[in-house]
Amino acid sequence: MLKYLLEKEFKQFFRNKALPKMAVIMPFMAILIFPLVANFEIKNISLAVVDNDKSSTSRELIQKVAAGGYFSISEVASTYTHALRSVELDKSDIIMEIPAHLERDLQREGSSEILISANAVSATKGGLGSAYLAGIIGDFNKEINGNISTVVADSFTITPRFWYNPRLLYTYFMVPALMVMVLAMVCGFLPALNIVGEKESGTIEQINVTPVTRLSFILSKLLPYWIIGFVVLTISFFAAWIAYGLTPAGNLGTIYLFAALFVLAFSGFGLVISNYATTLQQAMFMMFFFVLTFIFMSGLYTPVANMPRWAQNLSIISPLKYIIIVLRQVYLKGSTFTELLTPFWMLTAFAIFFNGWAVLSYRKKS
Amino acid sequence: MRAFRIFVQKEFFHIMRDRWTTLILLVLPILMIILFGFGITTEIRNTKFAVYEPSGDHTTRAIVNKLESSEYFILERYIKSEDEIEQLFRQGKTGFAVVFGKEQILLVADGTDPNTASILTNYATTLINSYLQESAPTATDAASRAITPEIRLLYNPTLKSAYNIVPGIMGMILMLICALMTSVSIAREKELGTMEVLLVSPMKPYLIILSKIVPYFTISVINYITILLLSVFVLKVPIAGSLVLLSGVSLLFIIVSLLIGIMISSLVDKQIVALLISGMLLMMPAVFLSGLMFPIESMPQVLQWFSHILPVKWFIIAVRNVMIKGLGFSSIIREVLILTGMGIAILIVSVKKFKYRLE
Repeated sequence: MLKYLLEKEFKQFFRNKALPKMAVIMPFMAILIFPLVANFEIKNISLAVVDNDKSSTSRELIQKVAAGGYFSISEVASTYTHALRSVELDKSDIIMEIPAHLERDLQREGSSEILISANAVSATKGGLGSAYLAGIIGDFNKEINGNISTVVADSFTITPRFWYNPRLLYTYFMVPALMVMVLAMVCGFLPALNIVGEKESGTIEQINVTPVTRLSFILSKLLPYWIIGFVVLTISFFAAWIAYGLTPAGNLGTIYLFAALFVLAFSGFGLVISNYATTLQQAMFMMFFFVLTFIFMSGLYTPVANMPRWAQNLSIISPLKYIIIVLRQVYLKGSTFTELLTPFWMLTAFAIFFNGWAVLSYRKKS
Repeated sequence: MRAFRIFVQKEFFHIMRDRWTTLILLVLPILMIILFGFGITTEIRNTKFAVYEPSGDHTTRAIVNKLESSEYFILERYIKSEDEIEQLFRQGKTGFAVVFGKEQILLVADGTDPNTASILTNYATTLINSYLQESAPTATDAASRAITPEIRLLYNPTLKSAYNIVPGIMGMILMLICALMTSVSIAREKELGTMEVLLVSPMKPYLIILSKIVPYFTISVINYITILLLSVFVLKVPIAGSLVLLSGVSLLFIIVSLLIGIMISSLVDKQIVALLISGMLLMMPAVFLSGLMFPIESMPQVLQWFSHILPVKWFIIAVRNVMIKGLGFSSIIREVLILTGMGIAILIVSVKKFKYRLE
């Protein structure tokens, strides 16, 4: 029985104009285009400079800032008000105002103050930008002290070192997580939309009056997408390898094992939705709603650890969180199965929960 | 006029009697504000860190104390060898370790998440440097000269990420309700064939369309108010500028989005196509290219050009200027003109394309 149903599903899938193409294009789009967009890296901060001193020291400082690589000088304003206007119009991000008599004060009193005003509407940009600028001024201090050969007792040198991703590429952070998103779309969304589609067009009635059991009906809907899901996942591995030279540091087998578990859990979730929705529009909306919640609780963009306590507690309801952790850990750190026991048990629990719910809420009667 | 009222009533029934959709339409803004407001947080607090200090003298203890007493770091534990860092990182217990060597401090960060890693090392470097400066004997201080930077954070002094996202959420929700819902609902009437019934009624075609958008207009206004209330009272993002100006701009954007919805529906005649067009061409770019989540400046040039044709981008800039920066009308003239221009262009296209003849 199952064999014929599967044959039907595969035929339906491949005879559809858009679906097979989508299954191939989607991973490439997600892996190749999305990381270009999803980029938190802060570079090219535009700086408006107000130089009230116009001494050789102030010019040196401005040069040093411009040469640092983070800042490009967008405006040399005559007054702070002018500079502020350019921030208001988003032409500059940060204002550096050098006070009059900077050089004189430095020589006579040994200290002076520079005002850094950052547009902090985007907290990351404002915060990081002003911190970079303060850092450059700190370096500049060392230099001017070096010039007059005062030895400052710097007892320590501080060296940062970044493991697993030494060049700090944001792409490496996003790509493993994006693979999960593609998998979730193919294995969670498509079968659910497929079932709702049968409901809306009324063909499900025909299935309901046959001796087909619940289990074989649902399996016939899920199996094709599972197979397609794994093909798509494999395509994603290749896309990441070709485009970014990113290969898993850990075992591919571990990834497939966890992916299988996740697919089981997430298609269960799709089935639950399909049991409650009666039209495609409803199903889309419900998924949009829940998937948005899952994504934001998953740490896809920002680490869960930075969230407020209640959000962290809430984040255990997101199956995406665990599979994203697994993919990132295995891909970048090479973690092994024994180090990933928590995600394993959580995903198993999700699989049992969603599929149990799906079976219980499925009715052959209408 | 009475006929028009009845048509509007029919549209309201259409929406209200679909329980799930109504619920989601009204709850969606609340969910988005909470998720984006708390979920996308770039603030880093209480990161656990590990310490390896073979010597364990007074200075290293003091530095660890300094880190621990800041709001950014919490001491996870002292480790006995450098190899333990690897274990801790791989289990995901901590992402940051400080290793004290002779005259060298090594800050080891888990680079898996590049942003967090660089922010953490920045914080730690600043903290350690300021400790070293404090503890350095005052004699050397007198000889050294220093420029002290005074940092002023404009518009958002506490660096809350919520300030950046409220305008974005507003743009997204209004776009979703106005463009997507309108286009789908008109396309559905076409697909089901009920549009014919409406068109043969004595109502003028433009009144039929107008009656379609009244409910979505109402819902968007409700959502706009919800978002404002939530952002002021829950996210604590104050309205720095004029509320009247903000509402005016939003009204303009709502009208433009409704027009987009009508234009899409006049070009297609299948629900699913309307859904895909508004989803893929409007919603996705609205999320990714509008600067809501990711800074536009870091994107490739081509995508930046593309973002100019999105009304939502200009709306977000205008809202940001008025609501967050507290600027007046003179600062958003460009955005208002662009939105108005887009609105007129879309109106012309949809009037030309709209078929009220039966086929």
